[in-house]
Amino acid sequence: MYGWTGKFLRVDLTKSKIRVEDTDPKIAKDFIGGRGMGVKYLYDEIDPKVDALSPDNKLLMVTGPLTGTGAPAGNRYMVVTKSPLTGAIANSSAAGAFPSALKYAGYDMIIFEGKSKKPVYLWIDDDKVELRDAQHLWGKTTRETESAVIDETAPEAKVARIGPAGERQVRFACIINDLGNAAGRSGVGAVMGSKNLKAVAVKGTKGIKVADRVGFYNAMVACYKTLDYDYIEEFHQTGTPGVLALVKEFGALPTRNFQTGVNKDWEKICGETLADTLSVRKRMGMGDPACPVACARITKVTDPDFAGVGAGPEYETIGMLGSSCGVSNLSAVSKANFICNAMGMDTISTGSTIACAMELYEKGYLPKKDVGMALNFGDGNAVVELTEKIALREGFGDILAEGAYRLAEKYGHPEFFMGVKKQEFASYDGRALQGMGLGYATQPRGACHIRGEVQDLSLYGVNTWRITKDRKIEKVDPLTWKDKPVLAKEVQDWFCMIDSSGMCNFMFFLGVDEDQCRALLETATGIDLGGYKGFMKTGERIFNQERLFNFQAG
Amino acid sequence: MGKMIVIDIDKCTGCGVCELVCSFKHHDEFNPLKARIHTNIFWQQEIAIPVVCYQCEEPWCGRICPAGAITTEKDTNTGATLVTVSEEKCVGCKMCMLACPFGNILVSDKGYAEKCDLCGGEPECVKFCARGALKFVEPELGMMAKRKRIAERILDSYKEVKY
Repeated sequence: MYGWTGKFLRVDLTKSKIRVEDTDPKIAKDFIGGRGMGVKYLYDEIDPKVDALSPDNKLLMVTGPLTGTGAPAGNRYMVVTKSPLTGAIANSSAAGAFPSALKYAGYDMIIFEGKSKKPVYLWIDDDKVELRDAQHLWGKTTRETESAVIDETAPEAKVARIGPAGERQVRFACIINDLGNAAGRSGVGAVMGSKNLKAVAVKGTKGIKVADRVGFYNAMVACYKTLDYDYIEEFHQTGTPGVLALVKEFGALPTRNFQTGVNKDWEKICGETLADTLSVRKRMGMGDPACPVACARITKVTDPDFAGVGAGPEYETIGMLGSSCGVSNLSAVSKANFICNAMGMDTISTGSTIACAMELYEKGYLPKKDVGMALNFGDGNAVVELTEKIALREGFGDILAEGAYRLAEKYGHPEFFMGVKKQEFASYDGRALQGMGLGYATQPRGACHIRGEVQDLSLYGVNTWRITKDRKIEKVDPLTWKDKPVLAKEVQDWFCMIDSSGMCNFMFFLGVDEDQCRALLETATGIDLGGYKGFMKTGERIFNQERLFNFQAG
Repeated sequence: MGKMIVIDIDKCTGCGVCELVCSFKHHDEFNPLKARIHTNIFWQQEIAIPVVCYQCEEPWCGRICPAGAITTEKDTNTGATLVTVSEEKCVGCKMCMLACPFGNILVSDKGYAEKCDLCGGEPECVKFCARGALKFVEPELGMMAKRKRIAERILDSYKEVKY
């Protein structure tokens, strides 16, 4: 097989057995990889009704055919499992060097099943794969775990791991790889923790071959040519936080647990302020392979109350831990973000859950004795303190660790939970961006800002898509329903494809369109996707497979 | 002076696309380990540094080569200095690997020494470097950008003093 490696690892944690199996070419053709292949294998192998945190659930780390190639930002993998937060399908994606390394080691994916008796980590050194004892790593932060595992394995090893939040099965724990890339949402880290799997380390030395060398090269050149370099430059300077200034224009910046979409303090937390005050080096992609943008940044906080250094924060983090909690102190937001990264927690859900608690508290539904402290909007110290408590499930943190839905339900006011399918909204207000609202409502994994991005058409005025070009839609009004349903469907299908290919879906608004993505996929793998129609149909198939999983999960 | 690969460290993000396209060009596969250029990331210092053959005017690899396989040439089109390995003459003794102070030449599984050959005057790594950290230009021009950045910093301090 070309593009794919044709092999995958099956790791039975209960019996400590590791097998190498062949990737099913039929599934690979119909479901491509990443998100699609993951859901197909998961659907075929588990009963969707199982308890997400039981040994019967499986955890899949799946790369795509473009992962590890020179395709622009072809560096992603997808963690697919049943979510402990939503009870539906979970598919969380992350970039970094880890996904590529997995391909270079010769594997398309890893399927983890069962549950180990004691903490272990998986060490993949090309063909040599072994489970190693990780009892000494249990309780360590993500950064400590990474350096300890690298010390024990190889300097070139790339490590995906969980932190104390994953170990304690916080329902929105994530899996962190490389410097601070997170397979963030839906609590995939809790599933990893429930299997007593602390980390996966990979060293790969093999290469990835493509089917049509010249064709792939040409497709690659075409992609790099089409990228909007002016926009990349802008995006590169501020990263995702630069979006904040745009979103607030639409009145879509969630403030005080979505009570309003207008935050008068937006200037204190916008991307430009972050770049000017806390970013130590803007020009740092942290080595996400082949990424032409490098939107990530390293932040250093010197304020003694919130001191620290590390990756992030992203726009979503600032929106949820900042604006939604009423906090306008970037140092506090950064500190909470550092804690989330160290502990291995989703910043969106963490922020939203704290914001939900704040609203319950201010409205008098949440007694002070339960929280153990005052909890008002705008209290940066409280956010930082609670973030730490959630990760360790300490005191009131234990209740918050169940997520905003369960928190609001427990105190009898589920209306203060801001989300869909028990998963919290990301940092865009669906009322001001109707397309986003539709995206939230229809995504199989619950509220998700990155899979049905109709809002981007209104936000960034993207006119490069075939979807809009074919329909001659030139402008999308964020406040109306016009064109939204049909766009939402097309965008969902197209995103299923880009998420399955192994490419970063940010490439779409930098100009890579459906046909270019298809050309890359076809030349890499040598399969015929059947033109634009067949390409979108494959996307639809993946989306339907996810719906089917949810349907059977109940 | 002829063209050369000029590296602007301030612009490098460490994405490593140079490694990928290099290995694709010369080995028909994407494999950073087989690339002739490497990006090294030092995230604590927030810096990434690409390392590639500097095409020495008096290459140590050439001086030590017992088979006389490594020679220095001037590319007629670009005027670039090019240290080349003759695949026929190379016996794979690996002395060049010992001699090169930068680790930029190595005997690959093909059995002969491999190093950056500037892709015949159109380096792939430069073509795909989205941030413009790699440029294939005359060094005088390549250094201009850097000098300008320094000048801008001087300008800032000058303004502070003067106004």
